[in-house]
Amino acid sequence: MPHHLIDALIGAAAALAVPATAAGIAHHSYKATDIEETVEIRTIVLDFPAPGEFLTRGVPTASPVQPVKVGTFRIMKQQVGAETYALCVEDGACDPADSAIPNEEDTPVTGVNYLDATAFAAWYSKKTGYPWRLPTADEAAAAAGERFAGDAFSATADDPANPAVAWLRRYREEVAAKRPADPAVKARGFYGANANGVEDFGGNVWEWTSTCYARTALASDGTLESRTNNCGVRVLEGLHRAYMSSFVRDGKSGGCAVGTPPEHLGFRLVRDDTALAHARLAAARLWQRAAGS
Amino acid sequence: MFTRRQALMGAAAAAMLAAIPPMAAFANEAEIAGLPRERVTLVAPPFVHAHQQVAKEGPKVVEFTMTIEEKPVVIDDDGTVLQGMTFDGSIPGPMMVVHEGDYVELTLVNPGSNSMPHNIDFHAATGALGGGALTLINPGEQVKLRFKATRTGTFVYHCAPEGPMIPWHVVSGMAGTIMVLPREGLKNDKGEPITYDKVFYIGENDFYVPRDEEGNFKTYESHGDSYADTLEVMKSLTPTHVVFNGARGALTGDNAMKARVGETVLIVHSQANRDTRPHLIGGHGDYVWEEGKFANPPAKDLETWFIRGGSAGAALYTFLQPGVYAYVNHNLIEAVELGATAHFLVDGDWNDDLMKQVEAPGPIPTH
Repeated sequence: MPHHLIDALIGAAAALAVPATAAGIAHHSYKATDIEETVEIRTIVLDFPAPGEFLTRGVPTASPVQPVKVGTFRIMKQQVGAETYALCVEDGACDPADSAIPNEEDTPVTGVNYLDATAFAAWYSKKTGYPWRLPTADEAAAAAGERFAGDAFSATADDPANPAVAWLRRYREEVAAKRPADPAVKARGFYGANANGVEDFGGNVWEWTSTCYARTALASDGTLESRTNNCGVRVLEGLHRAYMSSFVRDGKSGGCAVGTPPEHLGFRLVRDDTALAHARLAAARLWQRAAGS
Repeated sequence: MFTRRQALMGAAAAAMLAAIPPMAAFANEAEIAGLPRERVTLVAPPFVHAHQQVAKEGPKVVEFTMTIEEKPVVIDDDGTVLQGMTFDGSIPGPMMVVHEGDYVELTLVNPGSNSMPHNIDFHAATGALGGGALTLINPGEQVKLRFKATRTGTFVYHCAPEGPMIPWHVVSGMAGTIMVLPREGLKNDKGEPITYDKVFYIGENDFYVPRDEEGNFKTYESHGDSYADTLEVMKSLTPTHVVFNGARGALTGDNAMKARVGETVLIVHSQANRDTRPHLIGGHGDYVWEEGKFANPPAKDLETWFIRGGSAGAALYTFLQPGVYAYVNHNLIEAVELGATAHFLVDGDWNDDLMKQVEAPGPIPTH
């Protein structure tokens, strides 16, 4: 485990042991009362099309929709705000976002890559005393509820003897689905809440997840043959699913496909204060003690 | 007095006269007046008005009209606005097609709603700054110019009022193309006739839009307001946009160019101001007139061709595979970041002999 992560976990564990306000988080102007509001997403079984590329006997197929159980978790009601992110930057724990300076409006932070999001999660965990992390793609889907879109276009090879049929079909579908440009970042809450009470999902800010891009080979009966994870590329959920290199901050230049790329890249975090998280923290402490540091 | 210098110039002139081919049998007004006339309605790029590839009759006078429109145009997905200037409302201006020996008779209209004088310099024409010196018109005026198409090829035309106005008008959109075909049509490197099923006309533009202190593109009320700032960006020689047909994405999506496997397309690529290097990703140039001049044999099997700033070139290609082709300026930074990308959608049957994915992507085998 990387050392900074241990730091974060230990910090979080320490904070958990005492009320956050008394835990010496006087550092900077950040107050425990500023902790982002979260929404609880109860255990749910989703019909979830896994992200990535799928091949059945070497031929591209659509992601098979399978039931996936997602356990209860808490996720931020809103995307991480530009103002809060700026505090992390001031603290030297986050790199500056590649977006305009936040104005008076309470806007989500945009122009952030996967690495920025994880750095923020570590800092935010230390600051607030709760363990925060990016959601996985299936957690993001559970939180997105009725607004979940997944992959907008099927990669299925319409005619295995002529790959161009699928390329042309997909191009035409993407053209037909082209949405009007929506470049201005809106105040948080602008796109409203879904049935879960989660705000702004599917607006013009796509959200990083911790799920890696993967290429999955399936046998003809649909069983898994092989999977190659590429964690240099992570999944983003939003108006449609997107795949971006972890260092990309601009959705427009980061896309590898034709079609309409994400307008902006941002994120929201999962608060990992479940029993499992407590167990993870305890394990981390033990590990660090054993390592003698 | 007959000076040594005059004698030398006289000798040079005599040599030049001797070099001029016998076509110098120039027609008089009465003869030109006796020629048949054809009135052609121009169409907006990337399309080209209907025309014969091989001239079936003798020379004629071909009449065109272009109305100059100064108007703001949106040049990218972010809604960046350029204070544009156009021939006939489009960037690039529409393409004219005539045959060698035809007369081009252009009526150029500068409506009173415009704010500036304009003119036209045809690289295909001989004399008077390409016609520029005879066509300068103020808002509310029109002019009629006739020139004889004596050289075959694809040629740029552009506005060229005077001084710093020249580059400004060109990089604001005032450039287009005329194609002068040989009367007997195009020929390959062996002199055999070749034809095309479709012609697509791509005008590449380099735009120079000023930014504010925060780095955002500025919008101006009028051409006049934008002039000083734009000139500063122009002098940096660093375009903010390099696009085809006036805007990022103008030849993609719904406006992607369409063809079928087996079809032969002629792609005319015009750049009035700056060098470029077209490339058809996954295809080739079967026959390419890089300089655009059909009196020279075409180069064969090119991967990328070079279009000099201030010229138009032509590439002929027969599609062999279906798919989505990107046609780019192969300075890929300009193609992807600045906008110089077009798409061809090509339907038809896949040819496994030319290409096949023998093994789908999968884990690297371990032994």
